[in-house]
Amino acid sequence: MQRYVVAPVAEIPPGTHKVFAVGGRPIGIFNLDGEFYGLLNRCPHQGGSLCEGLITGLAVGDRPGEFRMVRKGEMVRCPWHGWEFDIRTGQSWCEPSKVRARTYPTEIASGAEVVKGPYVAETVPVTVEEQYVVVEF
Amino acid sequence: MSCYPGAIDCDIHPTVPGIKALLPFMDDYWQEAFVSRGIDGLEMASYPPGAPISCRADWRPAKGRPAADPATIARQSLDVMGTAFAICNPLTGGQVAVSESMGAAVCRAVNDWISKEFLDKDARFRASIIVPPQSPELAVEEIERRAPDRRFVQVMIPVAVEMMLGRRYYWPLLAACERHGLPLGLHAGSLHRYPTTSNGWSSHYIQDYVSHSQTFEDQLLSLIHEGAFVKFPGLRVVLIESGVSWLPGFIWRAIKTWRGVRAEVPYVKRSPAEIVREHVRLTAQPFDAPDAAAVMRIVEMIDSDEMLLFATDYPHWQFEGDRAVPEGLSAPFLAKMLIDNPIATYPRLKEKAT
Repeated sequence: MQRYVVAPVAEIPPGTHKVFAVGGRPIGIFNLDGEFYGLLNRCPHQGGSLCEGLITGLAVGDRPGEFRMVRKGEMVRCPWHGWEFDIRTGQSWCEPSKVRARTYPTEIASGAEVVKGPYVAETVPVTVEEQYVVVEF
Repeated sequence: MSCYPGAIDCDIHPTVPGIKALLPFMDDYWQEAFVSRGIDGLEMASYPPGAPISCRADWRPAKGRPAADPATIARQSLDVMGTAFAICNPLTGGQVAVSESMGAAVCRAVNDWISKEFLDKDARFRASIIVPPQSPELAVEEIERRAPDRRFVQVMIPVAVEMMLGRRYYWPLLAACERHGLPLGLHAGSLHRYPTTSNGWSSHYIQDYVSHSQTFEDQLLSLIHEGAFVKFPGLRVVLIESGVSWLPGFIWRAIKTWRGVRAEVPYVKRSPAEIVREHVRLTAQPFDAPDAAAVMRIVEMIDSDEMLLFATDYPHWQFEGDRAVPEGLSAPFLAKMLIDNPIATYPRLKEKAT
């Protein structure tokens, strides 16, 4: 297991996401209201660039003609075939038990901690004053 | 020795011999109307009476209409097959008439005629309630009138009606079917309110006939995506004479697209494949596959041994001799198709006729 310093927290404001090359893997880091989630930028269905799809909510309805949007901003739709994934868990909506996008646990670490190691900061210049998103795998 | 002892034939077509046979079942107004206006025939354009497909040559009488009396049908089909029950689906112009009221009058008369001339004459006959899809309100009235007679086991309309079938306009009809535990049978055929294909009128019958499975797909998609099976969880739909081999490709397209675009219809929470396997049944005449190997592959792709219902489609010309089922079906599969699936689909068949 290795801890990778991905980016300063300020680089991914709430409601946005960005794809980084982390340890050779393309990983999308999503900021959902200050919580960070990592998702492999590869759809488990056929390999589309998942994190480049539409960020959306979950469309729900219990009766014909009922249309509601809940959990706004917490789902991503693969740009290739439109499969919906829960950004937090990677779970697919249509095959929740079978198809799951690869997720990566993230944490926030201060620059002061990061400089002590053992972190890998491949491309990120670290300063002690800042907070960083860290991914471990 | 009969071919399929105890089989339940889910699609046979007694023919109304002519308007005279229906007049006793009409009120004074409609009796006078049909006689004075000289209206007779009432054939469906989908099944021209003289066309080879409308009656197999060895079943066609020297004169008059084929399949017009119970004794002939028993001799030519029921006795040969070993049929325990045969569900009568008379195809008549009542279901396509431009006038809702006239259509309803014909449907009422046909239902009463079939009851007296077939159901009362041979205990093996059962029937669909023929209703006028031109008016869901009048269709419901007819269901309410005939449903208490438990020998009527289904409600039947042509598959191509005046609108997409899942629309709310038809919900009272769907609700009545569910309420009475009667499957809704969609039979090949059209009211011809629109061209027979979505690109316009075809030049030849061959086009109408081959492309008709598309219409079944249209109506099935409408029922699924308007949420009809969510609204009416007890609703069963039987696709009659739709063919079978189109189904696997349809199911795949329906699943694939639902996975990507289901947010358009968020109340459709289950895969269309699951919905179809639970709510939809198909008569297996015709099957539309070339040989036993293809039949086996298609059955495998449908991935359910509960969906297919035995049918001869008598007197329509779908097979020769007594080969009413395709080769390639395993014995257990065939047993379900001949007896178990029809009984599960039409629960009234379990009841003792009174």
